[in-house]
Amino acid sequence: MSHDEKTLTLQQIRRKRKFGEAILPEEEDETEQEHRHIIAVTLENTIGALNRVTNLFSARGFNLESVAVGETEDPSIARLTLVTVGNDRIVAQITRQLDGLVNTYDITDLTDAEHVERELCLLKVQYTSDTRSEILDIKDIFRGRVVNVTPETMILEVTGPNKKINAFIGMMEAHGIEEVARSGQVAMHRALQYEAPNPLASSDSEVAGDGAPASDE
Amino acid sequence: MPSKTLQSNEAAATANGATDAPTLKGSEIFVRSLEEQGVDRVFGHPGGAVIKIYDAMERIQPSFEHVLVRHEQGGTHAAEGYAKATGRVGTVLVTSGPGATNTVTGIADAYMDSVPIVVFTGQVPTHLIGNDSFQETDTTGVTRSITKHNFLVRDVHELAPTIREAYHIARTGRPGPVVVDIPKDVQMNEAPFHYPDEPHLPGYSVPGKAAPKQIDRAAKMIQDAERPLLYVGGGTINADAPEYLTELARKTNIPVTTTLHGLGAFPETDDLSLGWLGMHGFYHANQAVQNADLIMAVGARFDDRVTGKVDAWAPKAKIIHVDIDPSCISKNVYADCAVIGDAQKVLQQLLPKVEPKDTSDWLDQIEGWRDECPPYSYEDPEEDKLVAPQHVIEQLYEKTKGDAVVVSDVGQHQMWTAQHYKFGRTRSHITSGGLGTMGFGMPSAMGAAFGMREGRDLPVVCISGDGGFVMNAQELSVAAAHGLPLKIAVLNNDFLGMVRQWQSLFHDDRFSHTDLKSTNPDFVKLAEAHHCVGLRATSKDQVDEVIEEAWSINDRPVLMEFPVPKKEMVFPMVPSGAASDEMLTRMFDKEEMAAE
Repeated sequence: MSHDEKTLTLQQIRRKRKFGEAILPEEEDETEQEHRHIIAVTLENTIGALNRVTNLFSARGFNLESVAVGETEDPSIARLTLVTVGNDRIVAQITRQLDGLVNTYDITDLTDAEHVERELCLLKVQYTSDTRSEILDIKDIFRGRVVNVTPETMILEVTGPNKKINAFIGMMEAHGIEEVARSGQVAMHRALQYEAPNPLASSDSEVAGDGAPASDE
Repeated sequence: MPSKTLQSNEAAATANGATDAPTLKGSEIFVRSLEEQGVDRVFGHPGGAVIKIYDAMERIQPSFEHVLVRHEQGGTHAAEGYAKATGRVGTVLVTSGPGATNTVTGIADAYMDSVPIVVFTGQVPTHLIGNDSFQETDTTGVTRSITKHNFLVRDVHELAPTIREAYHIARTGRPGPVVVDIPKDVQMNEAPFHYPDEPHLPGYSVPGKAAPKQIDRAAKMIQDAERPLLYVGGGTINADAPEYLTELARKTNIPVTTTLHGLGAFPETDDLSLGWLGMHGFYHANQAVQNADLIMAVGARFDDRVTGKVDAWAPKAKIIHVDIDPSCISKNVYADCAVIGDAQKVLQQLLPKVEPKDTSDWLDQIEGWRDECPPYSYEDPEEDKLVAPQHVIEQLYEKTKGDAVVVSDVGQHQMWTAQHYKFGRTRSHITSGGLGTMGFGMPSAMGAAFGMREGRDLPVVCISGDGGFVMNAQELSVAAAHGLPLKIAVLNNDFLGMVRQWQSLFHDDRFSHTDLKSTNPDFVKLAEAHHCVGLRATSKDQVDEVIEEAWSINDRPVLMEFPVPKKEMVFPMVPSGAASDEMLTRMFDKEEMAAE
């Protein structure tokens, strides 16, 4: 997968820095426009590290739409995925500040890069004998699962990108939602996974995907 | 969690070879760690949550000296002054709760001005944390956004490695304050003591040399420029780079303008020096910025007090930005060429790549602006008993010829000091720039004077106003107790002068709560009450006499009070939000402005 300067991850920037290449975009391309940004951060799995990261956003008056954090394959390292909406220039500066934190290892703004996004949603919905089969049909369309059932309610589990979860919740609204719990999004760079044994094959990566059905996208 | 705990425990265990490391209490480990770190001075104030450490100091009689300050804020500023004057890390030790919160202003000040200090705070025992215990404050929470990094030590085994890491973080890269919060039970528990040689900080990296490609680009931009300008900030001094900066300027004949914190990085007596720029900077320096075709910023961060209206700043210039902190690049002003690295290393890389240049036309043009609005101009006050504040500062320069460390507080006197004192040495100017902390001057001058005991023998001159001086005057007695030969000049206009100036210029002379006449102390008596010498000049003739007398006393601080006119204003001035070439000069008349 080929990248222009804009979509370099900090890992790649560090690699370039080693070889003495420019580490920042050559053109003034950070705009004043507001966009949704999805940012992946690997950080030391220690007290206060998460707080320092989120602080940088709250100090600038940015709301974090979602924050998802968990251990990686190395228990001393945690991975955080956060979603925010904000001015591109300021988000770019915050990501540079994130890189400067003592506890962080790598920051990747995945927004403009090829990436996979997933979120898990648990939804408790009321049902009657009349609505039961329709609810189960919708659940099937969204490739969900029933994880708990009582005579009046059931809990459904659905996984997918943000839009799919929103659509699923929308479909369930008419049936009387009792509770919704969403995990927040987790995301991963496709290029890091598929970095090119054969550069020509990279154009197929959209189809090859990540093993999830194409309908998820 | 602990992954980190485990690692440091393992590291400690391995290094010790599980053999000869002595088992010590946390309080003793603390004292021994500071010794191992080479700390020579600690500014502190005891209390319940650090009483074990103070007891250990009394028992061990360590190699470092403890200075008992009279307020924790004073202690933090003293550590800043010490750090700025010596280039070493300042150390502060205070108790939990109010002790910790009293350091907050000083920590925030150090964060804004990139000053390396480590603040150790006591904390209630781990099992009481979160219980609203007596003198409990969430210190790491309170200081998180004003520190470069902070730590809560939860296990005595972590204590020595954490101290090692704290000093490393404070000193390296872009320097800054680090807080280490140590609960009382950690001070009492025992662990084998081994001070690590290297900090364990896997996520922390420090830029060193810059990318050669960027150096080549910068060199080419310098070569192509016709009206180049060096814009130099405090980062140059932090990197110990003034020598190389001077070499670069002289080799290429590029004029140099400095920020408030850059003063001293380039000798102001040099023909290439334009003095400082920005809101109260010199007219010709700001004109040079507005007309330059290349500005090379070295360790400066394009603060709003420098740029004024940022869109109108340096409209004709390409920007090269040399900085150690990547998050500063293109933050306020877009950098056409970003050079990330240590200023000293970058300048060493750049020097062989640049050729001598002929910039005489450009320098002539700048001279023209200098003639248009000459710097250093002022008038003597009409009143007999008052002296011009600028005159006092010029006489202090005449007395020291730049061979002094000059510490200012915040306000009009700070601006006059920066304008009228000709700085020629690195680390010779100390002030609170970013945070603008009134009350900074006196205690940080004390810290600088302690720093002078360790190898750098220069007189320390504190220049303060009446408003700011009172805010931390309690440290006078500490300076007296240690026999520090501080020279303190208080420019007293019985007003909060800088606020008065804004009230006069922009708020129709409504002097809301800035008159200090009725609440100011008698400064001479204040000095004497603190076991210092107090002197007062009441005419222009007496200025030199008072200075001479002050310089003849070297066993304790001398406070010199100079009554100055309240109407005097700092000019030239770029009004807040205006472009850098829209300066109000001394000729400016308020009525004329109103007529416009």
